[in-house]
Amino acid sequence: MFSVFRDLIRYNIEFAIGLILVGAVVIFACLSYFAPVDPTLIYVAMPDQPPSGQYWFGTNSRGQDLFWQLSAAFRNSLIFGITVAVLSRIISITVGLLSGYVGGWVDRVLMFINDIFVAVPIFPILVLFYFVLRNNMDSFTLALIMACFGWPFDARLIRSVALGLKHREFTRHAVFAGMSTPKILLEEHLPYVMPIVFSTFMANMLWSIGLEVTLAVLGFTNLNNPTIGTVLYWAISHSAIVVGVWWWIVIPVVLIVMTFLGLFLLAVSMNEYIDPRSRLRRMGA
Amino acid sequence: MQGYFWFVGKRLLQLFAVIFCGISATFLITHLSPIDPVEQVLGRLSARSNLSPEAIASTRAALTEMYGTGQPILNQYFNFWTRLLRGDLGPSLLAFPTPSMELVTRAMPWTLGLLVTSTVFTFVIGNLLGALAGYNPDNRFFKAFGLIAMGVQPIPYYIVAFILLIIFGFLFPVLPISGGFAMDVRPAMNWQFILSILQHSLLPALSLVLVGFGGWFLGMRALVSNVVNEDYVTYAGLAGVKKQTIVGGYVIRNALVPQLTALAMALGGVFSGTVITEQVFNYPGIGSLLIDGVNYGDYSLVLAVSTVSITAVALAIFIVDLLHPLLDPRVRAE
Amino acid sequence: MTQDILTVDGLKAYYQMNYFGVEREVRAVDGITMTVRKNEIYGIAGESSSGKTSFIKVLAAAIRPPMRVVDGSAKFNFKNGPIDVTTATPQQIESIRWRHLSYIMQGSMSTLNPVRRIGKTFEDFAKRPLAASGTPYRERVLGHLERLKLPADVLNAYPHELSGGMRQRVTIGLATVCHPEFVIADEPTTALDVVVQKEVLGLIREIQQDMGSSVVFVTHDMSVHANMTDRVGIIYAGRLVEEGPTRQMFFAPKHPYTAHLVASLPRIGDTTQRPALEGRPPSLANPPAGCRFHPRCPLAIDKCKTEVPPLIPVANDHRSACWRWQDVGPLVKPHQANRVMA
Repeated sequence: MFSVFRDLIRYNIEFAIGLILVGAVVIFACLSYFAPVDPTLIYVAMPDQPPSGQYWFGTNSRGQDLFWQLSAAFRNSLIFGITVAVLSRIISITVGLLSGYVGGWVDRVLMFINDIFVAVPIFPILVLFYFVLRNNMDSFTLALIMACFGWPFDARLIRSVALGLKHREFTRHAVFAGMSTPKILLEEHLPYVMPIVFSTFMANMLWSIGLEVTLAVLGFTNLNNPTIGTVLYWAISHSAIVVGVWWWIVIPVVLIVMTFLGLFLLAVSMNEYIDPRSRLRRMGA
Repeated sequence: MQGYFWFVGKRLLQLFAVIFCGISATFLITHLSPIDPVEQVLGRLSARSNLSPEAIASTRAALTEMYGTGQPILNQYFNFWTRLLRGDLGPSLLAFPTPSMELVTRAMPWTLGLLVTSTVFTFVIGNLLGALAGYNPDNRFFKAFGLIAMGVQPIPYYIVAFILLIIFGFLFPVLPISGGFAMDVRPAMNWQFILSILQHSLLPALSLVLVGFGGWFLGMRALVSNVVNEDYVTYAGLAGVKKQTIVGGYVIRNALVPQLTALAMALGGVFSGTVITEQVFNYPGIGSLLIDGVNYGDYSLVLAVSTVSITAVALAIFIVDLLHPLLDPRVRAE
Repeated sequence: MTQDILTVDGLKAYYQMNYFGVEREVRAVDGITMTVRKNEIYGIAGESSSGKTSFIKVLAAAIRPPMRVVDGSAKFNFKNGPIDVTTATPQQIESIRWRHLSYIMQGSMSTLNPVRRIGKTFEDFAKRPLAASGTPYRERVLGHLERLKLPADVLNAYPHELSGGMRQRVTIGLATVCHPEFVIADEPTTALDVVVQKEVLGLIREIQQDMGSSVVFVTHDMSVHANMTDRVGIIYAGRLVEEGPTRQMFFAPKHPYTAHLVASLPRIGDTTQRPALEGRPPSLANPPAGCRFHPRCPLAIDKCKTEVPPLIPVANDHRSACWRWQDVGPLVKPHQANRVMA
């Protein structure tokens, strides 16, 4: 596992860049644990101060130090993305492995449900949830809802791998040795789908954080909780660009692009690592 | 041919299942909330305007029938479907007493026009350029293009739309950034009106194209660079088959099959993108309607937009799926 | 004496590889000289990674980086004039493809475009060359399908709708519909089951005799060579080590490697242990000096380790590259070889 990681850094420039970008953002987000101010409070600093020695990222019109504000926002958004990814991975691994290994009507039923989830547009559903729950909708509820919609693509992917594993020699050995189905799936098959799980983890985080930004920017989340989306929401609602508080928009946007690009590069390069055909091409074979 | 009918039958079943489940979900979500929709709507209604008591009473009757808050949930569910099938989800709060469905049908052409043209354009151009990039992997231009696509692709819709708004709204104000057509143009079937529509749809469409383009480009590039190593492509090359035929009939045709599946899967996401785009550019489509509905607490409008958009996306996926066997003969045999 | 259609002279084709900054040169074809006559089936045998695939790539004029021809030539003597595929321009090569030089590829499963009807593929492959020679397209294709015992409606079928044997007949049909003078068949039967294999081999033979064309038939399966070919050339580590009429090669091989290949064939009623060859085929990037077979050769002497044996005539129409060819005894008794040839 570790040597795979080292090889990826050494030979895959996309992976290295992605790692640096995501690493920087993660460190920045972790700083929020040492924040001297509570990011949910407003009017604790001089409003509208440009970036300076005292306020590195400036302050916004709500009297918040943007550095600590953004640090907390990125922490919350990353935690949000990780929550959605973990939850939806659990669903997709269960469905994918079960569907591929058991087959038959279980497979057909699960894939039918899978196809329904692919086809239902999630955005109106999320808006509906907000419409009903209003400010009762905290980020964990939102994560739970998104996780319920974030699994079908990856379940299909895992299923296709599990289908191949089913006919491999070692599975037959395990069956003859009297291993139970859950044990086979957990101990024998799960390690094989782990690379897919990791690469789709990144892609899923991209998707959920992006969707959260979208909802928040429209004002459809709990706006008092600092996230990437709510920072943008407040900046836009205070017409930051028009008023000239450009740092309120530009700095978050730069950080967002860094995060998204980093996660995307990680997902792409890991994908490439999993698919041996593209890996061989890279090595010139 | 029989295989095709089977295929269509299976997809049709799926279409109904998706619509049924999606709409049932909207019902469940709205009915599991602790808030009584009828009283909430009426409260907002009477606070906002001086309506006649009769109007309020009729609204209450319609809402009670639809939400049927006193009845058992199964009855409510049944009522909900009968009203829905009649296309009557009650009057909208936003534009009282216009029925919500009418608002949705009025907004639909805007969204459809924007969505269909930008999706088709994005799909065609993205795949075409992606195919060329995959076929000429050493071409400098396409390499640079790939890098740009990779950089733009993961950025959320909102940010792209917003950056475009800043560039064309504040830095270089050359394109209209708001509305569906110019204020001084009367909606009629004349050249001036159409031109105004096109002009106003340019930026929203551009943002949709920019965001969607990278995915198709990168996907197609990867697919093509795999397909060119297939034996049938090598063999056709050895046989001296014309290069255009190889690129078109052998490479792109085969790489397009998985891309079509991807298109069907992406449509739901494309719809979300439109909602944002419409909001940013103040475009009079159903996305703006949805957001206004949420902000006004307009129950029937939000329900109308949700059900219609779920149905529309499911239908669009169904149509794309029907194209699949035409592109890939192996699907027909299944 | 029959005329030669292909003359290969001192052909060297190398791969220039670059692995993470380390330059490597793989000498896949290292000085092959041979000829193929008109109207014969010439078999090429050799292990995998012996360079035989690279050799036929050159013959098929499919020379692409990282492979390049370093030295020598491969001249075809076609009706429309001689052509050297190692130096010809793309236009010249275009003009001989399919009408004069065609190719049957390994693996019928993957050589046909899965989303194109067979008839359309026939059009892609054969319409232009047939039009250039003034042959009416439709009659030729239908007649040709009949000869291959394929129903005319395969033209409306997609590849996945055909059985493996039919698909292979279709690829043979594609390769031969223009009546080419020279056909390269690259392991055309390897993936097929025995019954279909026999049928396909018979078909290639039949078509070859009908059209009077020459075939270079590549397979690692010596029993197929015994049944199909007029002459066989054995390639080992990028070099031709022995060449001669098929019967002679089986009854009286003059190279220890050939003798080993023939001896390792299974024979009915023979229960003795087969002599296994020690070691592995040499790396083409770093081949042994002298005779490349010497590390594995039971007859090797000191001379073999330093001096490269030339390919010299050892009998009528029979050449061998071995210092000790006179000492190579047939490992197989003639009556046993006869069984294989039957």
